[in-house]
Amino acid sequence: MEIGSGINSMDLDLHEGHVIEDLKNSAASALPEPSRWLDEEIERNIITTTVDKLLNWGRKTSLWTETSFTACCTFEFISTSSSRFDIARFGMEVLRSSPRHADLMITAGTLTWKMAPQIKRVYEQMAEPKWVIAMGACGISGGIFADSYAVVPGYNRILPVDVYIPGCPPRPEALLAGIELLRKKIEKRSIAKGN
Amino acid sequence: MTVQLEYNRIVEALPQNLASSVIAIEDHGLIIQPERLTDIAAFLKVEPGMELDYLCSITGVDCINYFEIDYLLYSIKLNHRCTLKVRLADKSEPAVPSLAGLWLGAELQEREIFDLLGINFSGHPDMKRIFLWEGFPGHPLRKDYGHGC
Repeated sequence: MEIGSGINSMDLDLHEGHVIEDLKNSAASALPEPSRWLDEEIERNIITTTVDKLLNWGRKTSLWTETSFTACCTFEFISTSSSRFDIARFGMEVLRSSPRHADLMITAGTLTWKMAPQIKRVYEQMAEPKWVIAMGACGISGGIFADSYAVVPGYNRILPVDVYIPGCPPRPEALLAGIELLRKKIEKRSIAKGN
Repeated sequence: MTVQLEYNRIVEALPQNLASSVIAIEDHGLIIQPERLTDIAAFLKVEPGMELDYLCSITGVDCINYFEIDYLLYSIKLNHRCTLKVRLADKSEPAVPSLAGLWLGAELQEREIFDLLGINFSGHPDMKRIFLWEGFPGHPLRKDYGHGC
């Protein structure tokens, strides 16, 4: 079907199909945790140690979250961000619609292969340093849909994940515990040692 | 409350050449020949007393021995409903006429059934996958589809 000047919608669909197949083929196993490889580059380029604490304090107390919520865990995240659980305590209440402003991706929900290229693109658009929390059973392993033809079995097939939060869905307390783990992880970062 | 149309009443109202294509009357639907589906639907859409002007949903079912497609029709004006069903015995190349010419809303639902069950809707303006990507092997809602990544 012709949808514009010389553009055939089937060509767009075929292109989309190739993108998904390529991504699926390159995602046969899980990516390693970022601290295994991410900091080598920083180690090569920066030598000072005195600003570690300041940087880590700044980073962990202003984790801005990308709003890329694909399914039902989103509602637990919405509870967490509203007044009862109040993630404003951690400087996280600013939810960003642009990945350029975000430090943290919380993968709230099942990811389908059809949606996977877009999520990967959003992650790649986020500026360094950036972290990923895999929230819920689907985020960790695909959950009950792990064997499905349409579902990505865990976000770590396409993104490096820092913290995993089990639950279906995890309660807000669990999400807060996961965020706390990530904050501790950020505290240990050192731009000199490279870990 | 919406009333279920008496199927006997529908069959009596149909002209002779269409009534002969009714295969059976069951509790939950009027089973008709796939070839005459468009004619019967077009007739029921405008016939006074029927006026089934709203296509609520189309459902495809894999019944192992045959495919069944259910059309749920409503009359907004007269507040009644009825279900048309067609059965496709040929499971290798199943095809049925498209109703997208009568109800525009049929277009996306027919693409969904084409995507997940592999039933071809002849006369459809844009017959291609809708949920899965181009290049996906098979049709996952078929009972003989092997599940697993």
